[in-house]
Amino acid sequence: MTVSPGHFMLARLDDVARWAQSSSVWPLTMGLACCAIEMMSVTSSEYDIARLGSEVFRSSPRQADLMIVSGRVAQKMGPVIKRLYDQMADPKWVISMGACASSGGIFDNYAIIQGVDTIIPVDVYVPGCPPTPDGLLYAVNLIQQQIREGGRGGILARA
Amino acid sequence: MTMSATPPPEIIAQTENTMVLSMGPQHPSTHGVLQIVLEIDSENVVKADPEIGYLHTGIEKSAEGLFWTQAQTVIERMDYLAPSSNALCYALAVEKLLGITDGIPERAQTIRVLIGELTRIASHCVWLGTHGIDLGAISIFFYCFDLRENILDLQEAVGGARMHPNYVRVGGLNGDLPEGYLARLDALIEKIPGRMRELRGLLQANPIFQDRTIDIGMLTPEEALQWSVTGPSLRASGVAYDVRKAFPYCGYQTYDFEIPTRPEGDAYARFLVRLDEMDQSIRLIEQARRRLDKPGPVMIDDPKVALPPKETIALSMEALIHHFKLISEGFRVPPGDVYQSVESPRGELGYYVVSNGENKPYRIRTRPPSMYNLQALKGIAPGNLIADLVVMIGSLDPVFGEVDR
Repeated sequence: MTVSPGHFMLARLDDVARWAQSSSVWPLTMGLACCAIEMMSVTSSEYDIARLGSEVFRSSPRQADLMIVSGRVAQKMGPVIKRLYDQMADPKWVISMGACASSGGIFDNYAIIQGVDTIIPVDVYVPGCPPTPDGLLYAVNLIQQQIREGGRGGILARA
Repeated sequence: MTMSATPPPEIIAQTENTMVLSMGPQHPSTHGVLQIVLEIDSENVVKADPEIGYLHTGIEKSAEGLFWTQAQTVIERMDYLAPSSNALCYALAVEKLLGITDGIPERAQTIRVLIGELTRIASHCVWLGTHGIDLGAISIFFYCFDLRENILDLQEAVGGARMHPNYVRVGGLNGDLPEGYLARLDALIEKIPGRMRELRGLLQANPIFQDRTIDIGMLTPEEALQWSVTGPSLRASGVAYDVRKAFPYCGYQTYDFEIPTRPEGDAYARFLVRLDEMDQSIRLIEQARRRLDKPGPVMIDDPKVALPPKETIALSMEALIHHFKLISEGFRVPPGDVYQSVESPRGELGYYVVSNGENKPYRIRTRPPSMYNLQALKGIAPGNLIADLVVMIGSLDPVFGEVDR
């Protein structure tokens, strides 16, 4: 299909909004542990998350769309993460990066919350210890797919 | 670590002229989950109190429930920028307890030095990249991570994982270097000096960088020693203490390298010392590389500790039994306690390991260099601007997996 001057396209506003939204998912700058280093690698030239429109890491939760829980969540950090999630504006998404954030991983002990999904809702889980940057890129892809398909958190479909 | 025995923290409270500001635990420049409670008078820091524990993982406790070999997996996740240094230190400590230190093959020692120094460069790359970002120099991050990526590829080749290869084991190494590794290492050795020139060119003479770091975060040699600071941060205060020279391990005494020091003791000196250290690491890597042409065993020849070669299991009854025993219940370590330290990229990393004769550690206590370096922040922060606090944290290079454990 070619669109030249004078022509026009018809689309539903919802679809256009979802397309725009899915191409600018801004993550929150929040590094926890080992996975945070791989999260930084994702922004480097080798992996270049800018291709997905997600290179704008925002330090303020109020400007972020996506929370990447990158690492083990200690009991002391749990309330902080919950608060940061609450401070993020709707619509918002969460990636649980790595084994520790998803299930506690190898740290089945008193100090680690056994899965961040016990305190905040998670959209995509990434396996690995730590996951490769490719894994995280794929997770961001899945988030984009969810947005385009109108899943939880879509602009007009608030669950 | 007894929580109740720590002295009560200095009281940080609002007064007539000052206000209280909490920096962190989610903050782009605290390099992880550090919270600093600040008492500030306009922009000036009056008191600073680092609040740690937001990443407390219970690694030492977890290790007590695992076999001696398994414990290494959790220990590698302590200092996640230099996992191999952790693994090496722990392996050396357990080997000392087992009394097999002299039996470690020559080739294994050389590869340990090689891996340790590659890790040091990779770790300093992360430090330099993030330190640059803190100061607004974004491009250096991309150069650093490109170099780090090359080193991670080599780590992936030996261990299968990019960040936690679990390659150094008690008794030696988990297998010899894979085919084609040395050729890739040669290519990297050729590449690194040019990369180092680029890294220096980006920041060393940069007037903005110099303005932000010179005379910031001053640590005199006496203060540094009082705060138990080690590693590059101590050497930037003019104290030439390096575990590789003071208490050599893995045959470091047979290598030709220098300990870079600077007398100034400010953040810029710490930057220069780390860069010089990367140059020295390249020298060490080159020397280790030359010793690697000669093939040899990489695991101790002791069936009580090392797994028998896979091909012997079907042929030898003894090998089968040893294999079964080592996998199902691990090896036992004679009762006793031992302290072993290595020079990690952040300073003196030590493990105090206690055994009661079981197949699991009785107690593992870490001396994490980051934690001792970080506590100096309390001493150097007052009197400076809030913006300079970011420089100080960055120049001390803390890793919170290690601080909080």
